[in-house]
Amino acid sequence: MDAAELLLWARGPGLLLAVGIFLFGMLLKLAEILLLGRERNLAPVRASGVGAGFRTVFRRSFSMDRSSLKTSLFVHLAGYAFHLGLLAAIFLYTPHVQLFGALTGLTWPALPSPVVDLLTVIALVSLMALLWHRLTTPVLRLISTGQDYLAWALSFFPLLTGYMAYHHLWFDYDWLLAIHILSAELLLVFFPFTKLSHAVTLFMARWYNGMMAGQRGVQS
Amino acid sequence: MKKDAPLIELLREYGVSRRGFLKFCSITASLMALPPTMAPAIARALEQARRPSVIWLSFQECTGCTESLTRSHSPTVEGLILDVVSLDYHHTLQAASGTAAEEAREIAMKENWGKYLLVVDGSIPLGNPGFSTIAGIPNVEMLKEVAEGAAAIIAVGTCAAYGGLPHAAPNPTGAVPVAEIVKEKPVVNVPGCPPIPVVITGVLAHFLTFGRLPELDGLGRPLAFYGNSIHDRCYRRPFYERGQFAETFDDEGARKGWCLFRLGCKGPITRNACATTKWNNGTSFPIESGHGCLGCSEPDFWDMGGFYNAVSEPAMESGTAVAWGLAGGALAGAAAGLLNRRERKAARASHQRVTVDDLKREE
Repeated sequence: MDAAELLLWARGPGLLLAVGIFLFGMLLKLAEILLLGRERNLAPVRASGVGAGFRTVFRRSFSMDRSSLKTSLFVHLAGYAFHLGLLAAIFLYTPHVQLFGALTGLTWPALPSPVVDLLTVIALVSLMALLWHRLTTPVLRLISTGQDYLAWALSFFPLLTGYMAYHHLWFDYDWLLAIHILSAELLLVFFPFTKLSHAVTLFMARWYNGMMAGQRGVQS
Repeated sequence: MKKDAPLIELLREYGVSRRGFLKFCSITASLMALPPTMAPAIARALEQARRPSVIWLSFQECTGCTESLTRSHSPTVEGLILDVVSLDYHHTLQAASGTAAEEAREIAMKENWGKYLLVVDGSIPLGNPGFSTIAGIPNVEMLKEVAEGAAAIIAVGTCAAYGGLPHAAPNPTGAVPVAEIVKEKPVVNVPGCPPIPVVITGVLAHFLTFGRLPELDGLGRPLAFYGNSIHDRCYRRPFYERGQFAETFDDEGARKGWCLFRLGCKGPITRNACATTKWNNGTSFPIESGHGCLGCSEPDFWDMGGFYNAVSEPAMESGTAVAWGLAGGALAGAAAGLLNRRERKAARASHQRVTVDDLKREE
């Protein structure tokens, strides 16, 4: 198999398979969560809690709590840098916007490629630093499971191969592009079945927490 | 035409000046990434070169490759070199036809056995030998016969190099490229639809100068011409970097000459010399005239997911996969949800109240 064939497979059947499995898994997961239902709230409700839910979704994305910042400044910094870089690389790089446009019909403006390039480097460095942190902190290392390392690798390799493809590093561009697409497809396939799915479920969880607190009249 | 006169004399007869000839040699040297000092060596070799016999076989093709060489513009040195050095047999260009033409081929083969160059354009149908024949001889047979006595084989055009258009899905004739049939001789692929004329003559010049074929890439193409992608050599590349794209063929971006990536340009995955060598006597190349690269020098360019879809877009229709994924996920999710509910219900039903008395130790 040569690079062109692999690339065509990755852009064709491979992509469809990955998108199909991703949608299947996500819908399975969401339906399972939502159908669980919740226990009836017997206490009188002070407010609807809907607005409080949305406020919590927003507020917890910017955790500027001083005490937690003080105890784990590194994790906060590296975590934000990684997530912002990853999101920019996925959603604000022109070829990716084009892909989302073709899949969903929605397009949005993209960032200039060198900016995405810089953010990718930041994300890669942060990811490596976070892995080092995980491996060198005894408690964190003890509670880390195989899935943690799998999630790390699944996020790291699309970034790395994308960076290498963009800069034509070491290998032929066609091979790099094919491998980059395949690594992203692997991410899609594993996404619903690992903790990576937090990228979607966190909004539900935060909204629910915020809503519950709002109904009780407390701050979340 | 004197058959064994040196090449340079024949070129002079056609009105090519020494200056024009040397210019061609230095352009060829620079195009092939040879040091400038090689230009005189090329000139010397070509001057002394006797007219090598070239047999040109056309199989399942459209004659576009020949047209590209002979009719693109007023005669150039590369066109003349091909015309002059070559062509003991080319059934489109030669005057003879029928038995006389086939005889010319057989004589050329016999006289130059083991030394002639074989140029092939067009793919070879294996589905049925009758799909394409010349003088009643199936393409595959003629190729095997002529290849046997060839010093080297140049597969000109994407059809000969990778199967090209006849090979496009569903490949009704069972078309295959030259290299799939000829295994024991060196085959140089000069793909393109059509290939750039100077690339064809560059390979010829290299063969005449050094007596061997140029260095090839993994797909059998001369690295000197196919070493870089169109994208990497494109004058519109800065617009790609800045994120300035034409969205349609007549919007402001298109008029300003912005990048054509979003309109399906295959420049990033296409290796060819178009962006540097250009076409029509160096006038322009497809991207310069406002259309994205089709990727015509790549295998299966006809099936690369649509000419007007960006490289990063799916190469296949995604609707069915999305629908299956969603439907399957919804069904499985609903089933899992119901199972979970039943489990909880059963757990509640079988719940036993435990009192403090039950927990007392039985002693």
